[in-house]
Amino acid sequence: MRDPRRTFAQTAVELVDQDLSVALVYAEISGQWLHEAERRHPDRVVNVGIREQLLASVGAGFALAGMRPIVHTFSSFLVERAFEQVKLGFNHQDVGGVLVGYGGSVDVSAGGRTHQSPGDVALLDTLPGWTIHVPGHADEVEQSVRLAVRGDGREYVRVVGQQNRESFPVRPGRFHVVRRGAGATVVAVGPVLDAVLEATQGTDVTVLYANTVRPFDGAALRSVLVAPEVVLVEPYLAGTSSRLVADALVDVPHRLLALGIGHVELRRYGSPEQHLAAHGLHAAGLRRGIGDFLAGGLRNAG
Amino acid sequence: MTTEHLTTHRAASSGYEDLPRLMSLMTGDEKHDAAATSTLDVVWVLYDRVLDVSPASIEDPGRDRFFLSKGHGPMAYYATLVAKGFFPEEWLPGWASYASPLGQHPDRNLVPGVEISSGSLGHGLPMGVGTALALRAQGLGSRVVVLVGDAELDEGSNAEAMALAGALRLDRLTVVVVDNASTSYHRPHVIAPRFALEGWRAAVVDGRNHDEIETALQQRRDGRPTVVVAEVEDR
Repeated sequence: MRDPRRTFAQTAVELVDQDLSVALVYAEISGQWLHEAERRHPDRVVNVGIREQLLASVGAGFALAGMRPIVHTFSSFLVERAFEQVKLGFNHQDVGGVLVGYGGSVDVSAGGRTHQSPGDVALLDTLPGWTIHVPGHADEVEQSVRLAVRGDGREYVRVVGQQNRESFPVRPGRFHVVRRGAGATVVAVGPVLDAVLEATQGTDVTVLYANTVRPFDGAALRSVLVAPEVVLVEPYLAGTSSRLVADALVDVPHRLLALGIGHVELRRYGSPEQHLAAHGLHAAGLRRGIGDFLAGGLRNAG
Repeated sequence: MTTEHLTTHRAASSGYEDLPRLMSLMTGDEKHDAAATSTLDVVWVLYDRVLDVSPASIEDPGRDRFFLSKGHGPMAYYATLVAKGFFPEEWLPGWASYASPLGQHPDRNLVPGVEISSGSLGHGLPMGVGTALALRAQGLGSRVVVLVGDAELDEGSNAEAMALAGALRLDRLTVVVVDNASTSYHRPHVIAPRFALEGWRAAVVDGRNHDEIETALQQRRDGRPTVVVAEVEDR
């Protein structure tokens, strides 16, 4: 199995080698795989140093002059630290760009909170028009990066180390139906799919898989829905996509369970697996959470 | 882009002497204090004598770019763009109203000839670094001139841009600092040396003297970005 982060770097280098209109801007991170391309294309592959505000704005500046920027560092510094640069450099200027963040919510578990970005998707969700890729496999990383660079819109690719066993085609705005059942519908986003499949084994649920989550494929959710019960499982802040489920089912009385990274700071180190377990996102935690939800029913308010 | 307006309004014919009248259409005042006009002479000299850009070339990839990073107080900028024919004078009186494309901070998506949407400080120079890199990568001979205020340099993002532009020898990039000593912790004569330490060619000029401004802003391709500190009356 390929490493997702290294796959991103190799794909990005291929794209700058092939296309003179593509620029790659980074801030030290992943430089071990980008230095050679930087020597070949010193004007288009640029390490800005440890300067993330500048990173985002330089990407926007490339776009203002008609080029297609790939902008890369850890998600925590790309989206959270430099959020206003993203908001004004890309949205307010109304130019396109491809942001590729690495690390997600738990990859740097031993590094602690400073390098974790469970809020990246929720933050970008405050801005209109971003296509958000949440690849759950290295092959999906490659597909997403190629698709994103080929387009001209605003795209965020959330690269993480955790992978599912199998990859699915990347079709922005379209979810995959992985399993059909007569009961609830579980939406698994990116790298949580394997744990969701394991947790729901032997239960009669439908499983949708989203390797792109914005636009949110509400039509797929409606089309597969049997019982009016939905479980969201997201590898970032719990509830990030809840409003989109509510929008999709605005005329359908339904119950929703939103699982994901908790809002409370964990203050633990250890492994990514330990962090996922702490947030109830390993198979056992999901089995418990989904089981409790499905065992309960609607209660009358008050 | 509102190209329709470009063809319908009268040809550019206004000069420097028309700028106070054009600004009065926005402010309602006959006279303007130094703060309102701090950028006036620099912006005028740029469009009148320095930049290779015109209403006919605002979509040309090879045009020179002017980034007004200090987006507040844009009256002198709007007046200059009108005088040079980028958009019609008739837009000025309604500025900052709901129906007007002219805001208290300019928006590149609403105003022909405006290159960046600005207002929040510290974004123009970092974006200018990216655009200057893109011009170099595309083999274009054009340049980027970014106008910042002296207090805007409080924003740390400028320090990031200053260091990288020097290191990458971005001689397509010029910064004009309009210095009216408005930063709260003002120390005289530090701006030019700060840039120079990072590898920039630095000049200090009288921000009201058109010939001095023009000479300092002439482009030189010697592997160094240029900063011109244009001193005007203290705020």
